Amino acid sequence: MTILDQIAKLGQGGLVVVGNLGRAGMIVALALLGPPDFRHGPALLIRQLYSVGVFSLLIIAVSGLFVGMVLALQGYNLLIRFDAVEALGQAVSVTLVRELGPVISALLFAGRAGSALTAEIGLMKATEQLAAMEVIGVDPIRRVVRPRLWAGIIAMPLLAQIFNVVALWGAVIIGVGWLGVGADAFWTNMQDYLEFRRDIFNGVIKAAVFGGVITWIAVFQGYNTVPTSEGISRATTRTVVYSSLAVLGMDFLLTAVMFGVN
Amino acid sequence: MQSRAIELAVGLFILAGILALAFLAIQVSGINREFDSKSTYQLYAEFNNVAGLTRKAKVTVAGVQVGLVTAITINPESMRARVDMVISSEVKDLSEDTIAAIQTAGILGEKYIALSPGGALETLSDGDRVHDTQSALILEELVGKILTSRATNP
Repeated sequence: MTILDQIAKLGQGGLVVVGNLGRAGMIVALALLGPPDFRHGPALLIRQLYSVGVFSLLIIAVSGLFVGMVLALQGYNLLIRFDAVEALGQAVSVTLVRELGPVISALLFAGRAGSALTAEIGLMKATEQLAAMEVIGVDPIRRVVRPRLWAGIIAMPLLAQIFNVVALWGAVIIGVGWLGVGADAFWTNMQDYLEFRRDIFNGVIKAAVFGGVITWIAVFQGYNTVPTSEGISRATTRTVVYSSLAVLGMDFLLTAVMFGVN
Repeated sequence: MQSRAIELAVGLFILAGILALAFLAIQVSGINREFDSKSTYQLYAEFNNVAGLTRKAKVTVAGVQVGLVTAITINPESMRARVDMVISSEVKDLSEDTIAAIQTAGILGEKYIALSPGGALETLSDGDRVHDTQSALILEELVGKILTSRATNP
């Protein structure tokens, strides 16, 4: 009896997970496919780029500066043991462009923009704005979800590149300005090693994937909220947790595909 | 009025992102390195062993960089490594008996190719092969040689 109940519960839980996955997939498919809306689309997209991109700019830039400074300090302390501090620029830039730039800015983006998205859409659902849209014949997925999804995919790579540049600047301040690594050695070692297609372009792709995944999770969690204040707070937490995990997991997969086998 | 401000802010954001990408592309990955321009010519050389040499490695004459390695492939007939390089046209009178040697900057440093011009009157031109080569110095082989020689004549 109790064992049967347990098994039934397990099955039910599985059904809920698969059902949610299906709903999330349908939302993203409906949002990305379908005819573009040239009348309202651009204005909606710009508004979302503003709230997702411009508002995230400050936290991205400040974190980037400190990450770059820390990388330069730690890299210097390690490299000086091998008498190879000239490789500092190379070490810092490879770490940043390939991994830390996309990943850290994605984690910040999940906390800063993803949670806000979930709360916003969750509140729309709780106050029945989504239902009202359907009543007056506006498709909430095209009106609400699509611009947010595209804004995430467009804003993330830009944020990650800004993060990289600011972090590099931080590394130059510490490495060249403070620790006295030669500026020429710093830059030429970096330029000798990095390649645009392999390092920078792959970083851009990573960031775009992260942006899409984070916004997808955030939008779905908002859409799937239990429409109470507790439900919204839970959904917001889930967005941050799930999208952070998704970013780190995807990063491993993408790295394995991009840099794994040479 | 307010939507105008938003458009401006988003425009600035996108501009900043694209500028950051351009900065990374040009300054960090060094797309604009001078040896990519037209005022260069090609040479190639075959080595028994190029272990550790990479694309974009430096090519130097007397320690001054004059070019870089563009490709490393295997010659399927001789089973030797073929290294293609571009050399700045300013250095056009390399003699035909120039020696190309793979050297290392410091013990742990990167590998590069050092060209040492000889005394022949004929000079190398675009597409020519540098015949005399010295392969990369491999530390393990060197240590192995020392050990075996010590073992045979103590």
